[in-house]
Amino acid sequence: MMIINVARKELKSMFASPMGWVILSLLMFAFGTYYLNGVNDYFAVMSGAMRPAERTGVTQFVGQMVYGFASFMVLFAVPLLSMRLISEERRSQTLPFLFSAPISLTEIVVGKFLGLVAFLSILIVFIAAMLSTLNIWADIDFGFIVANSIGLLLMVASFSALGLYFSSLTQQPVVAAILTFVALFALMFLDRFFAGDPSNTLASLSLTRHFQSFSGGLIDTGDIAYFALFIVTFLTLTVRRLDADRLRG
Amino acid sequence: MNNFTVEAIGLTRLYGGREAVSNVSFNLSKGEVLGFLGPNGAGKSTTMKMLTGNLAPSNGSVKICGIDMIEHPKEAKALIGYLPEMRPLYKELTVDEYLTVAARLHRVSASHIKKAVEIAKERCGLGHMSKRLIENLSNGYQQRVGIAQAIIHNPMVVILDEPTVGLDPIQIRDIRALIREVGGEHSVIISTHILPEVEMVCDHVQIIDKGQLVFNGSIDVLKKQRIGNKLLIGMRNAPSADEMLKIAGVTEAEALPGGLMRVRFADDAAPAEAIVQAAVKNSWGLHQIAPDQTSLEDVFVQLTYQEQAAQEQFAS
Repeated sequence: MMIINVARKELKSMFASPMGWVILSLLMFAFGTYYLNGVNDYFAVMSGAMRPAERTGVTQFVGQMVYGFASFMVLFAVPLLSMRLISEERRSQTLPFLFSAPISLTEIVVGKFLGLVAFLSILIVFIAAMLSTLNIWADIDFGFIVANSIGLLLMVASFSALGLYFSSLTQQPVVAAILTFVALFALMFLDRFFAGDPSNTLASLSLTRHFQSFSGGLIDTGDIAYFALFIVTFLTLTVRRLDADRLRG
Repeated sequence: MNNFTVEAIGLTRLYGGREAVSNVSFNLSKGEVLGFLGPNGAGKSTTMKMLTGNLAPSNGSVKICGIDMIEHPKEAKALIGYLPEMRPLYKELTVDEYLTVAARLHRVSASHIKKAVEIAKERCGLGHMSKRLIENLSNGYQQRVGIAQAIIHNPMVVILDEPTVGLDPIQIRDIRALIREVGGEHSVIISTHILPEVEMVCDHVQIIDKGQLVFNGSIDVLKKQRIGNKLLIGMRNAPSADEMLKIAGVTEAEALPGGLMRVRFADDAAPAEAIVQAAVKNSWGLHQIAPDQTSLEDVFVQLTYQEQAAQEQFAS
């Protein structure tokens, strides 16, 4: 219950500043453009594809374009949104407000995390709604959209958890954003470095690799477990970081 | 079961081996206002942070209404309202939004939130500021929002760290009245370095210096120390000190420059009348007689200086 109250407070702050609105609208504009291009390209590409094996469904064709682009764009959007979560409170000295309220550190951290994820899921819902409009004239594959939405949600949540942790390390939101971006970038493209050896353990830490099965429309419990572990790890680290504040002062 | 609202037992806080607060113990009962005095860096804020669970003590414990802060932090924190030195305000929110968040986080039940916000605003004189962004409020009004935030859930203990800093005299008067009012029902701890303020609003005073409590007692004790059994007498033809000592009750007389004389008397004596009579009889030319008040500043300096002198003596 208190977690929801913290999350609501976070959402309120996010919508109270222009940053949230600007990011939401710019991203939706970009996704909308991709969607329109995808629909146009579909006809151009499919009319050239003679053999049945070359043909793909419209959901997959447009969906893959939009979700592929979205998974790349959140790499920039999440650090910008997550950077202020704790560092800003540290800088403006508002943390005592939360610390002296009857809420545990875990509730504070999880609440902030859920607030950000709720904000970002607005995007995911809008993308799904946008793609569903294809159903007006085609018979689309809703399973594909659901799998991609879940995948994107898990990825965005992992990004947020990491961003929240870096935000708790510093007083400067910009430093938090840069650190988050660099870390996410490295994690996203880790598998590229091991392209010659796909079975390498380090390569399987890559976030992109775990998103791949979702983007193909497959919900794999192994990947869900990876994302869940990733989130829990960074949330725990954040709680520990805040607890150190209380202990060390 | 005692009815102390705050119990601090041997609070100690180390910062890298240096004791910022060492072995501070005190109790506070319901309906009392405790003033925390001390020079800069004495450990006032550190003590307050420990009382509110913002900082873990290196040693010792805090109990709020009998609930241990370390073992049951949530229950204990629910009984406290805290305004830190730096106002924890979310400046992008309006006054109403901010107070609603504060009420919600302090477990005010959903049906009472609106009412709690209204009452807090009314008590702090914020009624006409409801829809303003906190960012756009003046310093004094921001301070009021900070105080409103601390009392919104009607806590048993209100802890205010330098609540009157940055306010104009009228606002200071309002805030002092508010502190008195809140102190009537609950316990209040305020820290300040404005000494007369302590005398005006507090029942109890604690003076802390270099992390140690150097004075802990009722405000009356401090007042007595301040007023003391002293008279300041101004005379044109001042007699010698010996002559003054002959008057019943006078224990000490000291001639001061400018024809003034400071006279100390025993606790139960009231020699003022006898002195006046003697002055008339012997035509000392009395033109002034008044209780000799040491300013609160002097008492404060005495208390904090005594400690220092004792330490120096010890060291040498």
